[in-house]
Amino acid sequence: MLITLGIYYLAPWIRWDRGINAPDQAILFDIPNSRAYFFFIEIWPQEVYYITGILIIAAIGLFFVTSLFGRAWCGYICPQTVWTDLFVWVERILQGDRHQRLKLDKSKFSFNKFWRLLATHLVWIIISVLTGGAWVFYFNDAPTLMLQLINQDVPWSVTGWVVALTGSTYLLAGFGREQVCNYMCPYARFQSAMFDEESLIICYDELRGEPRSARKKDSSWEGRGHCIDCKICVHVCPAGIDIRDGLQMECIACGMCIDACNNVMDKLKLPRGLVRYDTELNHKLRKENKQEAVHIFRKRTILYVSVLFITISTMLYGLINRSPIELHVLHDRNPIFVELSDSRIRNGYDIKILNKTHQDKNYKLTISGIDDLDIKIAVAGNIMGNKWFNSLPVFADSIGHFRVFLTAQKQNNARQQLIFNVEDVYTKIKENSDSIFISSLE
Amino acid sequence: MNPSNNNIETQDDIGTTGHEWDGITELNYPCPRWWVWIFLGTIVWAVGYWYIYPAWPVISGDSERGGTKGVMEWTQYKQLEESQSEIFSRRAENLEKLQNTSTKDVMDMPELYEFAVVGGKSAFKENCAQCHGSGGGGAKGYPNLNDDDWLWGGSLKELSKTIKYGIRSDHKNTRNSVMPPLAAVMGKDSVTKVSRYVAGLSKGSSSTAEGAKEYKQMCSACHGVNGEGNRIFGAPKLSDGIWLYGKGDEQQIESQIKSPQHGVMPAWIDRLGEDTIKQLVVYVYSLGGGE
Repeated sequence: MLITLGIYYLAPWIRWDRGINAPDQAILFDIPNSRAYFFFIEIWPQEVYYITGILIIAAIGLFFVTSLFGRAWCGYICPQTVWTDLFVWVERILQGDRHQRLKLDKSKFSFNKFWRLLATHLVWIIISVLTGGAWVFYFNDAPTLMLQLINQDVPWSVTGWVVALTGSTYLLAGFGREQVCNYMCPYARFQSAMFDEESLIICYDELRGEPRSARKKDSSWEGRGHCIDCKICVHVCPAGIDIRDGLQMECIACGMCIDACNNVMDKLKLPRGLVRYDTELNHKLRKENKQEAVHIFRKRTILYVSVLFITISTMLYGLINRSPIELHVLHDRNPIFVELSDSRIRNGYDIKILNKTHQDKNYKLTISGIDDLDIKIAVAGNIMGNKWFNSLPVFADSIGHFRVFLTAQKQNNARQQLIFNVEDVYTKIKENSDSIFISSLE
Repeated sequence: MNPSNNNIETQDDIGTTGHEWDGITELNYPCPRWWVWIFLGTIVWAVGYWYIYPAWPVISGDSERGGTKGVMEWTQYKQLEESQSEIFSRRAENLEKLQNTSTKDVMDMPELYEFAVVGGKSAFKENCAQCHGSGGGGAKGYPNLNDDDWLWGGSLKELSKTIKYGIRSDHKNTRNSVMPPLAAVMGKDSVTKVSRYVAGLSKGSSSTAEGAKEYKQMCSACHGVNGEGNRIFGAPKLSDGIWLYGKGDEQQIESQIKSPQHGVMPAWIDRLGEDTIKQLVVYVYSLGGGE
């Protein structure tokens, strides 16, 4: 809980030096400038497939972990669980344990009840505000925004998000709790598809526990199970189920019942593990008096690992070979070509050169595919000659937009293939884009 | 079947509404209470609405459309003005810069140029595309604005004049010229010879061919000795491959000599105003044929 909360609250404050032309926040979704930064990675909007990749990795990773360890995500990392635990912890400190809370709930209105409830909700709201507050740091420069927040001088969008997330945190962790997992969360519904007999789930060992009954002190364990039916496992369950009935959809595998039962077993001086992490297969084998078995390499896990491996390596390949230049060439559609008075044909193109580096660059444009091509480039309103397309200027971290007019004799091919090529004047890195030269409608 | 068994009211404790048509009665299921309250609420809401907004179409009403005005005096026109004023104020800054900058200087200022091209493009689509095509590609009888062949000139100044005052329009500053029908003066043979000669000109044949003499005599005053045209009269260049009417074949040229066609372009200055025309000039210039 501390680790996940720590990551959430502190991650936006990590700095990462990218030079003068870019923000130095390690994780930043810069929406106004449409850039996303993640440590050494910087993503432009058209590279959103990296996000797709990350989502695929996250999903398959989740499936993989689920097939091995059951709902480890739900029990340990899911924000819903983390914040619910945090809220319950506040409740316990201010209102006492479950028994005391129930009593307080039933008691008549009194000053004692009033301040305890008020304090609980106040702390909840403070936590919620901090949660919403931390969220907006991912989208803005954290130190700047912190100052703005202190001076109460923030854009309405920030206020809106803080308020919305405060509300949702307060409602979901304070009141929604396990209902969120049962009714709202899609993962809880389809995770059963990832389970098989060898997934690690929380198991009540009924061979050892049954028949259960309350036990008088110092009476014998002969002829009865180790479960003393104290119901503590039921009380601690954040999802409100009885694990002794077997695996249920609501179980988020948080392990609270394991801890609770182990404490009881310690007091009874019995071995721990009446409720424990185990697989369904082991349970079955034990019933048949066979050796327990654990297979990590199963069809399912091998499949997940291979999909993971393919996605990660594709992503890494893409990131490592990510070109600092991108070239887009758009042939004019209307008119698609123009006949000039000397009977030559002119085609117009919009070209965009994306400079993804943090330095101002000059690019050299060459076009191949047609001999005797007359190239003209419009920079603002002025048609430029040769000297310009040897060094087209594009500012750091931005897009250069140029009009290109190509004039040539009528070609034999109605649609003649062309290759546009830009080359960074200093680093000599090149980028290509195909286009066509249209000289008749046939 | 015993009919009384089919009668729900005898099986259930829900009564009927008391309405009966030919022995058919209606069960009394009242609307849900929450629904009734919301319904009543909307009625109360409506009364407030009448008070605030224009609502009743009374004959002697004093509102814009002849009904009650409502205390807010809201009208669609006012709302339109409000939302437009927001756009205008956003545009005003660039527009002011544009007004204070000569068209020639706009060409050197990337931001203002971009503003003018975008504004000109939308004005073009609205006012010019009907004849010249949405990309300025032209059509038969309507010049292509992308090429380098201009009747009256493709410089910023000439473009501006053409758009402002039009061609053969009813504005007093309009560009005007008329090619007279020449068939009667020239005679049939001569017309055929000149047509063949002009058709040859655009394909690059020599100026000493048959018909050259007649051409020099009748046509060169306006169209130039070598068919190079004359922009003062808006006389088309005849020596290139670009033709306004047809594809430059003999029959087409012949019919133009016998009964010349003339394009008309309206004057836009009174309709669009200086600002929009300035943007249009920059846009048309940017199409690639600007001089």
